[in-house]
Amino acid sequence: MNLRDTLTLSLQTVVSYRTRSLLIVLAMALGVAAVVVLTALGDGARRYVVGQFSSLGTNLVFVLPGRAETSGGFPGAALGQTPRDLTLEDARFVGHLPQVRRLAPLNVGVAELTSGGRLREVTVLGSTAELLPIRHMKLSQGSFLAHGSERSAQIVLGSTLAREFFPDGEAVGRRIRLGDSRFLVSGVLAPQGEAMGFNSDEIALIPIDYAQELFNTQSLFRILIEARSRTDIEPARDAIRHLLKRRHDGEEDVTVITQDAILATFDRILRALTLGVAGIAAISLAVAGILVMNVMLVAVAQRTPEIGLLKALGAPAADIRRLFFAEALWLSLAGAAIGYALGNAGAWMIRLAYPQLPAWPPDWASVAGVATALLTGIVASLLPAARAARLDPVLALSGK
Amino acid sequence: MIRLSAITRVFRMGDQEVRALNSISIDIASGEYVSIMGPSGSGKSTLLNVIGLLDQPDSGRYELDGRDVTGLSETERARVRREKIGFVFQSFHLVPRLTAAENIALPLMLEGVAPTERKARVDAALDAFDLGDRARHRPAELSGGQRQRVAIARATILRPTALLADEPTGNLDHRIGAEVMELLEGLHHAGTTLIVVTHDRELGARAHRHIAMRDGEIVADEK
Ligand SMILES: Nc1ncnc2c1ncn2[C@@H]1O[C@H](COP(=O)(O)OP(=O)(O)OP(=O)(O)O)[C@@H](O)[C@H]1O
Ligand SMILES: [Mg+2]
Repeated sequence: MNLRDTLTLSLQTVVSYRTRSLLIVLAMALGVAAVVVLTALGDGARRYVVGQFSSLGTNLVFVLPGRAETSGGFPGAALGQTPRDLTLEDARFVGHLPQVRRLAPLNVGVAELTSGGRLREVTVLGSTAELLPIRHMKLSQGSFLAHGSERSAQIVLGSTLAREFFPDGEAVGRRIRLGDSRFLVSGVLAPQGEAMGFNSDEIALIPIDYAQELFNTQSLFRILIEARSRTDIEPARDAIRHLLKRRHDGEEDVTVITQDAILATFDRILRALTLGVAGIAAISLAVAGILVMNVMLVAVAQRTPEIGLLKALGAPAADIRRLFFAEALWLSLAGAAIGYALGNAGAWMIRLAYPQLPAWPPDWASVAGVATALLTGIVASLLPAARAARLDPVLALSGK
Repeated sequence: MIRLSAITRVFRMGDQEVRALNSISIDIASGEYVSIMGPSGSGKSTLLNVIGLLDQPDSGRYELDGRDVTGLSETERARVRREKIGFVFQSFHLVPRLTAAENIALPLMLEGVAPTERKARVDAALDAFDLGDRARHRPAELSGGQRQRVAIARATILRPTALLADEPTGNLDHRIGAEVMELLEGLHHAGTTLIVVTHDRELGARAHRHIAMRDGEIVADEK
């Protein structure tokens, strides 16, 4: 029997055993859909996190006090020492490195913002004017520490804060109290929304000296550094490490990490996670495979006289094997196709429900899902097909 | 030309042995019309299955059209069945989900005949067996006589040299049975060897050669 006839005949069989076929196709489809949807979720989460993190800035290097080491920790800790402060002076020196385009020292804390009877606890960032370009933040009104005003008590409000405290929209030029000091509102941040769980619409930004005074600290929380170019990132990291080690009496008591390294770590973890959920979903496909095998075995038993007839008509064992094989192939093909469609519909609905989440199934997952379905179907049909081909024609004709 | 020499077929059920065929030797020339009769369990079906290469004897030698077919592989036996043998069964054995035309086309499919030629030959067969208006009916929508006509059309579509019918009228009433026998006899007239197993003395008597079996042996062989 040629391929075309084999496919046509087996398709006819699949179609005529409607309920049985639908059940198998459904099981297969759910498995494939699970692979597609779960990987879409996993990969969507990966893209979301990576995208958010990338939006923080470009070619960033972070310096934080204390040594983040997997083994041992800060060596001086055992001697009762605390790591040396990361100071504004350190930042100034880092700023002179040739690989560094610009940098922003950073202190973070919480303080009470009060004005006109309104009071609210807000997250306060202390930094320099450079923070805005480095962090890709924009002002919708006013300025921050514009040339000639570097030392003045200025404050920039997040867009939500500005609206809350100055509903008339005239925030710039007004006075507001933060903690015990009075600040002049010099600018308002453009709405940016949430990034990395940090809502820049609800922060206040003040000069770094005022922040250190407000929080009574000499140590910086971070130094944000933007390297001159992509290729300068690694040299910048090494140069910063070297410089600060020298400035800290040879002690490596700061951590210097690049945005790329963090990105790569996120990327790796979330890819592994996606792969993991894909694997779990693939197990449901294996279960579908067992179902296919079982149903095909039942089909062989049910159609024993028919197999006997085909043999009596002169069908060689290979033809009969191929017929059952093709039947399983149709079932898994339909299951894979429907599952693929279902999965993509599911991913689409997730994207509708969570527009921030780019829940697109990765290509490899779609291919792997469909291929696994076809493969399981084929493998599952091997045994039933072989059994059918091996039947004794006389016994088969009498239904035994 | 069918030549069986000392064919023995033994079935073992646990430690019981049934000699379904006990050293049977028989020659059937091309174009003969033979009936095989005998009590139930006498080995008629087994003999027919051996002749049709569905079953293999435990010992003995079988020559078909001058070729020793005793030790052929399963694939080779399938080919011989396809090319030389047509089976007609008591219970028709039609594939329920295929139409009359599709059932008749099955051997052509197995043989790999091209669709256009297939259609022409099936249409011709449908006409020849007076099934022209039943081509697209499924077996469940056909009468017993029509079903057996479809089965006979299918058995003969590849023009086999021998037509083996195991109680072809067993499931039909007398009048329809006689019609089916006339159909088979028509094929015999056209040159096909016809071997019919039957319990019906009247139908058996119509053959030109009568073989009687008992306990796996031929007890009478009359022309
Ligand atoms: N597969 C088998 N296994 C065991 N014994 C079998 C098998 N097939 C046939 N037999 C035995 O072989 C003997 C001959 O069987 P066979 O079917 O050839 O008889 P038959 O003449 O066709 O009978 P009937 O008229 O009832 O169809 C019987 O005793 C039967 O029980
Ligand atoms: Mg019998």
